[in-house]
Amino acid sequence: MALTAPTARVFVPGDAAAVSVGADEVAAAFEAAGAQVVRNGSRGMLWLEPLVELDTDAGRVGCGNVTPADVAAVLAGEKTGIGVVDEHPWLTSQQRVSFARVGVVDPTSITDYEAHGGWAGLRRALSLAPAEVVEEVTASGLRGRGGAGFPAGIKWKTVLETSSDLKFVACNFDEGDSGTFADRMIVEGDPFSLVEGMTIAAHAVGAREGYVYVRSEYPHAVAALRRAVDASYTHGYLGHDVLGSGLAFDLHVRVGAGAYICGEESSMLESLEGRRGEVRAKPPIPAIQGLWGRPTAVNNVLTLCAVPMILSDTVDGSPGWQRYADLGTGRSRGTQVFQLAGNVKQGGIVELPFGVSLGELVEGYGGGTLSGRPVRVAQVGGPLGAYVPASGFDVPMDYEALAESGAMLGHGGIVVFDETVDMARMARFAMEFCSIESCGKCTPCRVGSTRGVETIDRIIAGQDVAANLVLLEDLCETLTNGSLCAMGGLTPMPVQSAIRHFPEDFEPQDIKQSGAPV
Amino acid sequence: MTTASTTDRAALVRAIATQHAADRGPLLPVLHELMEELGHIARDDVETVADVLNLSVAEVHGVVSFYHDFRTEPSAAHTVALCRGEACQSVGAQALYDGTRARVDRLGADVEVAEVFCLGNCALGPSGTLDGRLHGRLSAERLDALTEAWR
Repeated sequence: MALTAPTARVFVPGDAAAVSVGADEVAAAFEAAGAQVVRNGSRGMLWLEPLVELDTDAGRVGCGNVTPADVAAVLAGEKTGIGVVDEHPWLTSQQRVSFARVGVVDPTSITDYEAHGGWAGLRRALSLAPAEVVEEVTASGLRGRGGAGFPAGIKWKTVLETSSDLKFVACNFDEGDSGTFADRMIVEGDPFSLVEGMTIAAHAVGAREGYVYVRSEYPHAVAALRRAVDASYTHGYLGHDVLGSGLAFDLHVRVGAGAYICGEESSMLESLEGRRGEVRAKPPIPAIQGLWGRPTAVNNVLTLCAVPMILSDTVDGSPGWQRYADLGTGRSRGTQVFQLAGNVKQGGIVELPFGVSLGELVEGYGGGTLSGRPVRVAQVGGPLGAYVPASGFDVPMDYEALAESGAMLGHGGIVVFDETVDMARMARFAMEFCSIESCGKCTPCRVGSTRGVETIDRIIAGQDVAANLVLLEDLCETLTNGSLCAMGGLTPMPVQSAIRHFPEDFEPQDIKQSGAPV
Repeated sequence: MTTASTTDRAALVRAIATQHAADRGPLLPVLHELMEELGHIARDDVETVADVLNLSVAEVHGVVSFYHDFRTEPSAAHTVALCRGEACQSVGAQALYDGTRARVDRLGADVEVAEVFCLGNCALGPSGTLDGRLHGRLSAERLDALTEAWR
């Protein structure tokens, strides 16, 4: 295939996942071979990483799982790849709205961002009154992508209508749930979209300062975001007079310190203020009394990254908010960025309108397990989400349908397990995780989680199993009802769903072993 | 530790804290910078930070002890942090973690094996960091190869 330039241009993802399987070494090898290397984000086809793309007349042609030894063959067009990446069915069957630019653009280039539709939403938003911006976000049906699914427009309206000399916007980028990585990938691959979304939010609610709280486990994302914030200041998208509109907005990037609980919004606010990440009682809600007691719009990364598209220009007579609202099902509007993780053959990012079935994601996009054994169960929505058995995979993935089936969408992470998983062990782990990460404020969570580990240990050891299962149910009820936040309140969800769907795993060992094979 | 180096350390801690003192909520950024510059946060550092930021020693100590990232003792020469999150467990992370802890001496003389819950690399597990660098698809064999230079 003919190259478009005398010097070959290759895209080697700088995304942390790609780097974790050797992308830096591959990029260095291409540079040594004289190629022009662009470190793009990841396309989200993570099983192919490092997925190198070679710029050709036909488009960007992809080669998966490239090693430094493959570099010469890739440049010569001799390595068999996956064809033009933009035409790959795994991508073309998706509806990439939030992830439209991720993997495509150079995340360090502010001009590349603009060339791919960036800043259009901000420019239009600045021409509207704050209340009009809030109205459009409300009309789009956008709901918080952090897990709770609260309508973003209603939250913003509260902040806008609460009078204060100082207001804040805060972005919750403490993506601590196992099985989730969408926030990380969008910030590493398209960091300006978060800057743009937050600046629009600042205009909408009347904030002059913004804080992004990033977990310390994400150093690549911290670097990408800081670079994007600096460039945005330089080009006038942040600062004392954003794009000459009179809007003053300063954006700060703050790094967490390894506490899962700080993903809970009130703990995050405590942490930003420089305290122990202990949960606050609500009310007051952060929209009225948030950071330093001032009205604060707290939103997840994906929520804020969806905002520029919602505020974007009218296309074919349809405004951005309308095009967003046209996607999805029922009260779950727009797209959801699903993350396929764990024991899955084709893990990565699948962005689709709400309503796709769990089975289509796990067996269709995911291609089943990596180990090749049958899928037994998937945990949906992070460590506090339910275990859904393979027999329940027909459930549509939207907020309401999942809630009805006793599960939750959370941040959209799906962790796949094969038939070798021991669900009593996973239930025990849920309690152990809670005992390690509890902030300690509520006794049921702080003490109950440790008692939960001990009780499940006795069940696993076959001691008084029936009585201990009753005790465990009772303990779960206490955690659910007696905790201020979702950490204690939802830890019972994985535990109880494991018991409900896989009672055989909680039977005494000798019965388990003599019974039918699992 | 000599008196001179103690004084140097105190001066450095004071300078770092002073640099952030005018920011909103300066404590976490200060503690992160101390970790980066000094590797751990000692009792004396806590007192200095409290003094500069006009906080009580108890408040600063409470924050240092709350967060996993802040350590009060120097770390080992090398650190392996392995993910024990559900996604990594589904591909054998628990056995890798238990096995690595059991044979930590094989990785080198001064090596610490720590647990971490999610590095955001959940489709390419088991994941871990070696001296802060992220690695996916880890196995006992790969760990041995990657830590060869430590021995």
